[in-house]
Amino acid sequence: MLRLTGVHVGYGRTSVVHGVDVEVEQDCVTAVMGHNGAGKTTLLRAAVGLLPVRSGTVLLAGEDVTRLRPHQRVRRGLAYVPQGQQSFGTLTARENLQLVADGAGAAGKARMDSALDLFPALRELLGRRAGLLSGGQRQQLAIARALITGPRVLILDEPTEGIQPNVVQEIEDAITALTAAGGLAVLLVEQHVGFALSAAARYYVLESGRVTSEGAGGLEREGDVRAAMAL
Amino acid sequence: MDALVSQLFAGLSLGSVLLLAALGLALTFGQMGVINMAHGEFMMAGAYTAFVVQKVVADAGVSLLVSLVIGFLVGGLLGLLLEVTLISRMYHRPLDTLLVTFGVALVLQQLARDVFGAPNVDVRAPAWLSGAVQVLGVGVPRTRLFILALAVLAVVAMALALKLTPLGRRIRATVANRDLAETAGISTRATDRLTFFLGSGVAGVAGVALTLLGSIGPTLGTAYIVDAFLVVVVGGIGQLKGAVIAAFGLGLLQAGIEYSSTASIAKVLVFVIIVAFLQVRPQGLVAVRTRSLA
Repeated sequence: MLRLTGVHVGYGRTSVVHGVDVEVEQDCVTAVMGHNGAGKTTLLRAAVGLLPVRSGTVLLAGEDVTRLRPHQRVRRGLAYVPQGQQSFGTLTARENLQLVADGAGAAGKARMDSALDLFPALRELLGRRAGLLSGGQRQQLAIARALITGPRVLILDEPTEGIQPNVVQEIEDAITALTAAGGLAVLLVEQHVGFALSAAARYYVLESGRVTSEGAGGLEREGDVRAAMAL
Repeated sequence: MDALVSQLFAGLSLGSVLLLAALGLALTFGQMGVINMAHGEFMMAGAYTAFVVQKVVADAGVSLLVSLVIGFLVGGLLGLLLEVTLISRMYHRPLDTLLVTFGVALVLQQLARDVFGAPNVDVRAPAWLSGAVQVLGVGVPRTRLFILALAVLAVVAMALALKLTPLGRRIRATVANRDLAETAGISTRATDRLTFFLGSGVAGVAGVALTLLGSIGPTLGTAYIVDAFLVVVVGGIGQLKGAVIAAFGLGLLQAGIEYSSTASIAKVLVFVIIVAFLQVRPQGLVAVRTRSLA
């Protein structure tokens, strides 16, 4: 569904990601793991178009989107939840969601409802300014916002990092439920190896901008992955 | 008492002119962070639009209303042209933007001189705006009341548009976090262009309104550009509410000081007060409070 081939990315003169191949299959979770600074976020930002790909291609459902702007990729079904529970802080929670639903017409309203069904706690908070929500609430809002774009591929960058434990469980459950419902491919970057592997059908370990280990997912692979990551 | 009421209205009137001049900037500078020195020239273009329209439409009342609409379009289209051709290429270079738009301002002034001549020209005010209305025993010119009403109307319209329309949400989201807006499916380039069109359009409207206060010339804009930036900075960048308070606050302050001294002294004192104020509160009158900046 999403295929990165030979992707090189960098900032200025510094090259960060060197020729990475990642394939994200339909209806399942693909996990990318690695230490801080391994190039995970850089890879994701290039996949969604926030950073230019220096060489290599990004294919979304067979279409080459390498040169498209981020919003054009979103309209083709690529949704992105960035690191750090980002929301439009000066807008209310409802406006954060409405903003995306605006672009999707009648379907947008329905998607907004189903996204709120996934995170019912958000319903109570719709009138509140997003900047005043807790980290966990903002992360749920961010995932809901991504889902309202009607994605075929959902990219999540460390969705549970720095979030209170009770909400972590809700977010993990939501990711599991979303893939189980079908029609969605998830690319998950996660520090929490246990959850990433239990959810993932395939994993990649990124080290210094290169894939150093990859294989089928499943908790039983935790030993291999920890060894690859030298944890 | 009469003198006090009279100065009060002078202050409100000055405030409403400042507000009209600054309202467009509150979008282009306040929301987008673009230092557009040609904003005053968009006002000048709006004023000359009123002059041209009056040549075509004889009835001064009809011509004023038509001018407000066409002035908006003229200002907006000039802004759009500037954004697409120059400003869009230097969003992360504020000093270059300042210099380039200053150059554009000079070009536009010269263009006005070439087309309309260097001497000032007059636009007739409609009959229903001539004379004064007695308010609390003081005669207030109808033109001043009209501009006050226009400023209030423009602020309310802009506030509602920003708050309630899809475009308003897109503008606010793009301002809050550009990358996040892109990944939420918003074309931030298209949003920038529309924002600039709207902000510059309001400058055009302000220019039309200024024709009611006196004759107009190619350098009309330079008289307002500094004050307009002051209003946005004092009000708090990106805050419409702040711009409203700052415009009327500065207007009343200026009129109040003028009452016991002269216009020049008042201007100097207002500048001194603003400098002191920004030392204490660099973020301006109204600042957004969130848990994080994101």
